[in-house]
Amino acid sequence: MEFKEARWTRRQTLAAGAIAAFAAALAPRLALATEADVAGELKKLYGDKSFAEGRIKLDIPQIAENGLVVPLNIDVESPMTEADHVKAVHVFADGNPLPQVLTYQFTPESGKASASTRIRLAQTQNVICVAEMSDGKLFTAKANVKVTIGGCGG
Amino acid sequence: MTTKAQPRVRVPAQAKAGEIIEIKSLISHEMESGQRKDAEGKQIPRKILNTFQASFDGKPFFTASWFPSISANPYQSFFFKATRSGEFKFTWRDDDGSIAEHVAKLTVA
Repeated sequence: MEFKEARWTRRQTLAAGAIAAFAAALAPRLALATEADVAGELKKLYGDKSFAEGRIKLDIPQIAENGLVVPLNIDVESPMTEADHVKAVHVFADGNPLPQVLTYQFTPESGKASASTRIRLAQTQNVICVAEMSDGKLFTAKANVKVTIGGCGG
Repeated sequence: MTTKAQPRVRVPAQAKAGEIIEIKSLISHEMESGQRKDAEGKQIPRKILNTFQASFDGKPFFTASWFPSISANPYQSFFFKATRSGEFKFTWRDDDGSIAEHVAKLTVA
């Protein structure tokens, strides 16, 4: 039987080092939320109800250079009358330390179910928006945002 | 380090009956997320504005619950359907229980 020497060549050592450094850079410094956490939050809010696509216009940049300040605009199509209006809007981020981002409560006096703010995104991830109508119908929209510099921790 | 929460609100003073007006608000606040560590590696406790509410003549018409994912110096824009003259009140509630307020009058012609 032939024994091979188990020592790495210089090239292999360098490659392994580079891979380790790359993995370390990728590993999150914080415990971050996952898609399952977002699903869990939705289940807490709405149980097993189903969500339809559409009616929500989720306006967020596809590429955010600075994760500390990402402009977010939500627009939900609705006549906003007493009988038919948007009651609540929730926004989640599946790669932030906490899955929740915000909740809006609208009334017919809002006139328009539309609002803008600025949010923090820790890494490249999905932003999920859910709208609850006055008749109980649920709508959802999702956008993937590529984040160049993360906006959490420090 | 704490800055005093200074609200700024841009709201039209006049509107036509039935007009949907846009209201823009900005408040200075660091929105400490509770995720950061200080120089000694100790966790900095969370201190954010957790609720923003807009009311007209005492009746809330728009409420925002904010989580630590809201950027520092939170900006919020939203809409209101003007039907009559009255007074807006905008409130921001801090984790420490303090409240910042801003009042504005609206005249509907």
